[in-house]
Amino acid sequence: MSALLEVDGISVAFDGYKAINDLSFSINEGELRAVIGPNGAGKTTFMDIVTGKTRPDSGKVEWGRPTRNLLRMSESEIAKLGIGRKFQRPTVFENQSVQDNLVLSLRKQRGPVSALLYRPSRTDLKKVEELAEEIGLEQRLHRNARELSHGHKQWLEIGMLLAQDPQLLLVDEPAAGMTLAERERTTDLLKRMAGERAVVVVEHDMDFVRRLNCRVTVLHEGAVLAEGSLDFVTSNQSVIEVYLGR
Amino acid sequence: MFGRSTTIEKPRSFFMKNPSVFIFIAALSVITVVTTLLSEALGLGLLSTSFIKLLGKTLCLCLIAIAMDLVWGYCGILSLGHFAFFGLGGYMIGMWLMYERTKDIVINSLSSQVLPPTPIEIQDAIGTQIFGVVGGSEIPAIWFFADSLSAQLALVVLVPGLLALLFGWLAFRSRVTGVYLSILTQAMTLALALYLFQNDSGLRGNNGLSGLQNIPGLEEIPQSFISIWFLWGSALALGLGYLLAAWVVSGKFGNIIRGIRDDEARVRFLGYPVETYKLFIFTLTAVIAAVAGALYYPQAGIVNPVELAPIASIYLAVWVAIGGRGRLYGAVIGAALVSLLSSAFTGGQVPDLPLGFVLLQWVDWWTVFLGFGFVLVTLYAPQGLGGLVDRFIRNGGYK
Repeated sequence: MSALLEVDGISVAFDGYKAINDLSFSINEGELRAVIGPNGAGKTTFMDIVTGKTRPDSGKVEWGRPTRNLLRMSESEIAKLGIGRKFQRPTVFENQSVQDNLVLSLRKQRGPVSALLYRPSRTDLKKVEELAEEIGLEQRLHRNARELSHGHKQWLEIGMLLAQDPQLLLVDEPAAGMTLAERERTTDLLKRMAGERAVVVVEHDMDFVRRLNCRVTVLHEGAVLAEGSLDFVTSNQSVIEVYLGR
Repeated sequence: MFGRSTTIEKPRSFFMKNPSVFIFIAALSVITVVTTLLSEALGLGLLSTSFIKLLGKTLCLCLIAIAMDLVWGYCGILSLGHFAFFGLGGYMIGMWLMYERTKDIVINSLSSQVLPPTPIEIQDAIGTQIFGVVGGSEIPAIWFFADSLSAQLALVVLVPGLLALLFGWLAFRSRVTGVYLSILTQAMTLALALYLFQNDSGLRGNNGLSGLQNIPGLEEIPQSFISIWFLWGSALALGLGYLLAAWVVSGKFGNIIRGIRDDEARVRFLGYPVETYKLFIFTLTAVIAAVAGALYYPQAGIVNPVELAPIASIYLAVWVAIGGRGRLYGAVIGAALVSLLSSAFTGGQVPDLPLGFVLLQWVDWWTVFLGFGFVLVTLYAPQGLGGLVDRFIRNGGYK
């Protein structure tokens, strides 16, 4: 087993406040991993660093084999390398149809000239339709994204990540604001996605993490507090303290 | 089942998907033909030459409004400096117009001498003619290509294009966005105007370039004809510009720049180099603006640094906002309506209004009303006049 993403001893401080403090993390190809932690544990900052939005003050972030140093790349270069990111708040292009959102995300040349000359082929449209089926939006392909419910927007964003065909997906609170039925469907979706690609799910909600049934990393004050199965980490004394208060 | 069959269907043709392009080109052709038929030169003579020039100039303003709509309405970059590119385009073509005409005059007046004039004598005479007004007689180095129409035409595109490329590269690379970018573009156009105001700028300081309505080699042809030709040229440029813009925003590229406007970060994390796209659209629109300027100033007759003042670019944003950004015909409606009204009210065509306690002189009060209009549109029709058209169509035919 080779590590797909290797984060080694990163630290970052904002105005003296240490958001990430000597954090190390690694994930293998095809692995599903949940990252949990209370507010301010550094979950989002961690994602920002991996996707190139924030530069750490120290530490290493390496990708794939042969290893590439992600710290020298821009957000768009990292995304092209195969790391997809889903934001906490559903972020889709509200003024465009579901189909347009997905076509935009398909793995294609990203330059302006090729975008100007691009016209979707039958294969592309077929692919988009399959994706829509996968995320349960096949009946809504021609709807404007703004007309979708909150849960459907979350799925559409996951679909947009899948269209990129990434090797690693970083998913920030995918089940926030969803109904119970939607949550179950989202769990299934994430589980299915893992295996072909590595998936990191950041979550608050312990029940949701339990359903994912995967290895769990607990973050606290910008560092890894515990790592293992959910039962293992929840029996850890310091995790209990962090979650239940001192 | 229905949903499935429609998705695999091949996309429809460009014109089918964009009926507004068809309507626009048709309307533009009708206006051009009708104006020609009513002109002094080729028709009934009901429209004066100066009115034809006003129409031709308005078409050029519509073209730069399309550029503004592309960069602001579609890509979300509120540039308040695009009139700099418009003015530069005018300067570039103005150099050729002024140089060639002066050369003709000089050669004519020297031909009465016994000995034919030497090239150096001609050069000196041209220099004195053009630059005497700013106390010089040397022809500055930047006029090197002024003798060649094709070179100056290339410069119409190259100078503003390269300026936009350089400025955009510096600004976008540093991730300057929003109001900060707007301020930077204002600074750019102000700096350029202040530079051109100087007598040693090589472009005749605040005098600018004048006599541009006289086309070298066409001295025999009356202005009534030339005005019609420029009207046709402007209409053609506007039509092509509209087609180009509609094509650019119709496909995936259009969706990407709209995405940049609505959510820049999302586009970036999908792997698109956002800065490259911004630079592309900023430079493209600068070139469109420059072409519009190169057609405008020969009809206006003069280009001077006042044209590049920051307020001009702000007016441009006002036109597009009133017309409705994010829809190309909105930009055209806004530019045509506001600039035509503006020249009517400030040109003394509208009689002053005595209100008893005050005499409403439109020359002074027009800007106040324009300001009110802008506030009203922002409050009650945020989509602009084009948005009202959209709403009308949706409530009518397409229900």
